[in-house]
Amino acid sequence: MLAQIKHILPKTLIQRERTLPATGDVVVRQGQYVEPLDIIAETDMKQEHLLIDVARGLGLSPTQADQMIQREVGEEIIEGDIIAGPVGIARRVVRSPVTGKIVLLGEGQILLELDSPIYELHAGLSGKVTSLIPGRGAVIETTGALIQGVWGNDRIDFGLLQSKIKSTTDKLILDHIDVSLRGSIIVGGYCDDPTILKKGADIPLRGLILASMSSRLIPIAKKVRYPVIVLEGFGALPMNDINLNILTQNVGREVSINAESPERIKGKFPEVVIPLSEMGDEEPPITDLEYQPGQVVLIVREPAARQIAKIKTVYPEPRPLASGITAPAADVMLSYDTVIRVPLVNLEVIA
Amino acid sequence: MSESSVAAESLLAVDVGTINTRAILFDIVEGQYRFVAVGKAKTTIEAPYLNIGEGVRRAISKLEKTLGRTFLSNSQSLIIPSSPDGIGIDSFALTISGGKPLRVVAVGILEEGSAQSAQELAATTYSRIVDVVTINSQRTQESRIDAIIKARPDLIILAGGTENGAERSVMTMVEAVGLACYLLPKDVRPEVLYVGNQALREKVQDSLSSIVHLDIAPNIRPSTNVEQLVPAQAKLIRIYQRIRNKKILGVSEFDISAGRRMLPTAAAFNRIIGFLSKTYGSSKGVLGIDIGASATTVSLAFSGNAMMKTISHLNLGENVVDILRFVKAEDIARWIPGHFSPDRVQDYLYNKTIYPFSIPGTVDELSIEQAIARQLMRLAVSEIIQKIPEKDNNVLAGFLPWVEPIIASGSVLTKAPKLGQSMLMLLDGIQPVGVTTLVLDKNNLTPALGAAAEINQMLVVQVLESKAFLNLGTVIAPVGKAKFGTPVLRVWIKQEDGTETNIDVKYGSIEVIPASLGQKVELRVLPLQRFDIGMGGPGRGGRLRVIGGALGIVIDARGRPLMLPENPNQRQELLKKWARVLGA
Repeated sequence: MLAQIKHILPKTLIQRERTLPATGDVVVRQGQYVEPLDIIAETDMKQEHLLIDVARGLGLSPTQADQMIQREVGEEIIEGDIIAGPVGIARRVVRSPVTGKIVLLGEGQILLELDSPIYELHAGLSGKVTSLIPGRGAVIETTGALIQGVWGNDRIDFGLLQSKIKSTTDKLILDHIDVSLRGSIIVGGYCDDPTILKKGADIPLRGLILASMSSRLIPIAKKVRYPVIVLEGFGALPMNDINLNILTQNVGREVSINAESPERIKGKFPEVVIPLSEMGDEEPPITDLEYQPGQVVLIVREPAARQIAKIKTVYPEPRPLASGITAPAADVMLSYDTVIRVPLVNLEVIA
Repeated sequence: MSESSVAAESLLAVDVGTINTRAILFDIVEGQYRFVAVGKAKTTIEAPYLNIGEGVRRAISKLEKTLGRTFLSNSQSLIIPSSPDGIGIDSFALTISGGKPLRVVAVGILEEGSAQSAQELAATTYSRIVDVVTINSQRTQESRIDAIIKARPDLIILAGGTENGAERSVMTMVEAVGLACYLLPKDVRPEVLYVGNQALREKVQDSLSSIVHLDIAPNIRPSTNVEQLVPAQAKLIRIYQRIRNKKILGVSEFDISAGRRMLPTAAAFNRIIGFLSKTYGSSKGVLGIDIGASATTVSLAFSGNAMMKTISHLNLGENVVDILRFVKAEDIARWIPGHFSPDRVQDYLYNKTIYPFSIPGTVDELSIEQAIARQLMRLAVSEIIQKIPEKDNNVLAGFLPWVEPIIASGSVLTKAPKLGQSMLMLLDGIQPVGVTTLVLDKNNLTPALGAAAEINQMLVVQVLESKAFLNLGTVIAPVGKAKFGTPVLRVWIKQEDGTETNIDVKYGSIEVIPASLGQKVELRVLPLQRFDIGMGGPGRGGRLRVIGGALGIVIDARGRPLMLPENPNQRQELLKKWARVLGA
């Protein structure tokens, strides 16, 4: 059976294709080094338009009005520019009420595309631009530690890593957050206190990496301006051992957080990247595996949610499970030598 | 039948769901078409595969291993037709529910009129309404254009104007649609389905056909009070097929093998519900419900005419948390026979969005998942009830109409550890009224049969008559109000061996009359307290010949709508009691 894979790696080659939602301009060059907040491409989303009824403005029929339009498709218009006329003794004209570009004209009307904010695509991680995707974006590559999360508030930043977690089940409390953390990215355990998120914004933090969070905090987490990434899930879930080790071992290093919303279909997940320069020829993470004995896995649900285990036996045919459900399963050994049976679909292979 | 009376053709049906891909084989067994076996594999629509092919081939390979037969060539292509030595298959059918729902903008004249009908049409397939654009809203023409551009739809359903009615307003909306599509880059332009005033067909064609792929179907709102979706549904199915072919790799290859007859899973499901209602020929309807990872499909049919809703915001997959737009976590927690805080239920929902493919790992998690299923069914059934014409006398106001049977599909129902759990979820979620039969589609055959119907109708008939579906039990659910503990139904039972017993069923209780699967039982039922079981009016009963299901015969006298006690202890005691009665 094809395995679900979770990328949690202390050392790996990380390659990320970053693309615009629409065609635009790529503003980096191949070989350039970028930081997470650097803009690598931009586009005008062209989402606002204005329809000017020239015929009505001139008091003419649409066909007559078309004859009086002085402009052409593609022309840039400044607010106040005459776009049609003059007509009659009164020399009536139609002026553009806004600045924009003519995208369509005819039947006595002009459709203007208004100047709209530019959509900027950030690099999302520190690294080197290894290739360009014309009109869309670039591939950025770095080597270092990679931790995939499960939820993010759609913000990106980077900063020095500080830890407020010592054991997997720690809870982040308000006293953990003080002004000495200004400009840092903080690792914490479970968070269910909205005032922590607000205090983080006041300090301000550059990012917050949580083991888990109460789902009640989602609306507040979406509002804060620094990235919040949840690694394990919602409710009081522990941080898995591997995440804890990687993060605590890298305290004091610069890390980047791309807390983008997960998009399963595209294989995009929020992630923490810790660039490590002293590395050799690392391979990119494996993306295609079958469940096999010996694999290190993360259990995603109860009865041992977010625990790391090792697969002892795989049962491709359905087996009865603790919930009463029958499904393909595996016997996995937990860190304290206990073996439990878990449905295969509740396992992610760490790779 | 000693000799086959049908063309001996095997049929392989593949259903690509959001989580799983199933390959189902139907073939001749002892002269009759039968469901033979199913092979299941993980769907590979998502990264890193981004192509359904891997999942489809794995599901078929699993089937090959189970049966010791060969359906795929060395180059992994389907072998069609089969050879005399039994290698390959004779026909192939494909259904799909996986992939993101279509992003649809509904355009109409009035929000409560044509735009509403456009949304209803969209709800007959896997779709998500991303904007509604109408002439009577406060939007200017340019903001309508901008709204369509911003929505980035896959499809615009353009309705409006009764037959020979409004023209100018419709053309204003056509202009907005045309301009918006013109301004979008060619590679992301949506398809447009025009289902408005048919007098404007040519004008609409002139305005839009050079800009977008335009389909025109009969008016879905031919007059103010009439909504007719069925003729446009067929066009919508083809649009769905085209968009899936274009956007999901691998679909085209298997759609070609299926003779370009790929169907949305929900449409195939709906076809069988319609077919059953025609076959049964009773005054009652037939109800089908399928809880999936991409949507909950509910289909209700009378005399072959099926109405359906594919509700993408009600699902047990990545968007399960959408249920919180309609109910509170407290409402879900009320169905759990134990102390579960609403926060825990909400956290569970959000974790399910992270791991939509995961299944409950403990009994507690199972209780939460089953509670969500109940609430999904409640909401889905309420939506279909709203579609039933008010004048229909087959309906007690606000309740599900008299239906028989009820076909239930979806893993949460069919793979529940105990049949009593399936029964109780269905009773709580659907809340059937009167006399009905609950049937479980344990192997998810309904959509496969719906797709097969275009190829081989005999196969559909014979498989439906076989034991491929599980009769869970006959249910009698009297409707009325009484004090808790008051007898509301008197039942005389005559077993096949002549044994006679009788029971009085009290309000607020569930009773099970033992009858083994397939056993014939004669009942005489008399509703008390002017309760109604659909046998001619309140207080009217009569004789019933019923066939025992896996759980015998179940009398659900808990009232409709089912009201759970506010007191948590009382509520949990009752939930546990009902579960005990059904062995859940």
